[in-house]
Amino acid sequence: MKVTLVDHGAGNVASVERALRRLGAESLRANSPACIAEADALLLPGVGHFAALIRVLDDLRLRAPLLEAISHGVQFLGICLGLQALYECSEEAPDLAGLRVLPGNVRALPPSVKLPHMGWNQVQMKRKSHLLEGIDANAYFYFAHSYAAIDAGEATVATCTHGVEFTAVLEEKNIHAVQFHPEKSGAAGARVLQNFLRLAA
Amino acid sequence: MSLAHRIIPCLDTDGARVVKGVNFVGLRDAGDPVALAARYNAEGADELVVLDIAASRDRRPTFLETIRRVAAELAIPLTAGGGIRTLEDARAVVRAGADKITVNTAAVERPELISELSMEFGAQAVVLAIDAKRTGNRWDVMVRGGRDSASREASVWAKQGVALGAGEILLTSVDRDGTQSGFDIPLTAAIAKSVSVPVIASGGAKLPEHFADIFAQGAADAALAASIFHDNVQPIRALKSYLGERGIEVRLPC
Repeated sequence: MKVTLVDHGAGNVASVERALRRLGAESLRANSPACIAEADALLLPGVGHFAALIRVLDDLRLRAPLLEAISHGVQFLGICLGLQALYECSEEAPDLAGLRVLPGNVRALPPSVKLPHMGWNQVQMKRKSHLLEGIDANAYFYFAHSYAAIDAGEATVATCTHGVEFTAVLEEKNIHAVQFHPEKSGAAGARVLQNFLRLAA
Repeated sequence: MSLAHRIIPCLDTDGARVVKGVNFVGLRDAGDPVALAARYNAEGADELVVLDIAASRDRRPTFLETIRRVAAELAIPLTAGGGIRTLEDARAVVRAGADKITVNTAAVERPELISELSMEFGAQAVVLAIDAKRTGNRWDVMVRGGRDSASREASVWAKQGVALGAGEILLTSVDRDGTQSGFDIPLTAAIAKSVSVPVIASGGAKLPEHFADIFAQGAADAALAASIFHDNVQPIRALKSYLGERGIEVRLPC
């Protein structure tokens, strides 16, 4: 099994690649509809602006094959913007449609706290999670974002709080996503990736 | 449960090797950046900063290679800087494996650089480094390695930098740098109060109390130091235990 990394030019593709390699997993970068369609497992990394991610996905005509693969049950992991992209839209770029895999919108974190929400924070488990299996409840994960899924629905399995409670981990059937960066979250992050690899195997 | 205060070791390099010295004088070799990076990653550092203090054009490929080799060792975020003057410089550093870019003198000379970087990489990837020096009852921004005054007030520049798209401020006290007499609490508190983004305090650290004070009194979100970590004067694990015992939220390594 190889993990197909959706390569839309985001800065963290190489970091995710390195993190997977450390776990002994094979990955390949893909930026064509055909490669997405053939994927065994999909990983959508992302960092930066919501608009940049969505525009590149549409420019490369990756939206349709991604949705197709997800609806066919291909195991999917979204990281950071890769989580946010799953929703209907984001306040960061209100004119652009998200992938609309999940209901709800991505919103700005409140200005009452320091933004971006940058650094190591803990998560609160809401229900049993595949991605967080075997990870200490007090573990810290590395976050770097100013927008978040605040009123996310059923898919949320763990939340984090920075000014407001938001989705940190979501799981729904074959769809998994994390707001933090597992590739930058030390041993706890490596375990999240390993748990995903096991699901995808 | 809240955001942990970060402990950040900084590797000042001449491109290839970690160097040490006060005000760029009497530089001496302080080790291999790759070995140090691996050590800090294992010891529970929250991030790592790698700077090219020589920042000469001909050594650029060497520095990029250093970033690549350091990034390969890390499962924590990496910030790189020194000599980034253009978007293209920043792209090379990001491609080499940096998660964030730090800019200093070049941003003072051409503030739009901050916006260009922020548009391309996102605010969370743009760290504005400010070297500040006390002049009377204000702090002056210093450039070119702390040598020249930019004739502007640090808090004004910090606010402007954030408005232009910086997502973090790396604040170095020129007065305290190299003195090991503790972080500059009034400076850090003043800047942390004036901006909406996280502030990393730098310059003057030696003792665990210095870190406790800059978090509790200086309102710093993160604290950076170099030689005390390289020389193992202050092991990161012991520092974090000390802070944790005093009720300061830190990520304790397992």
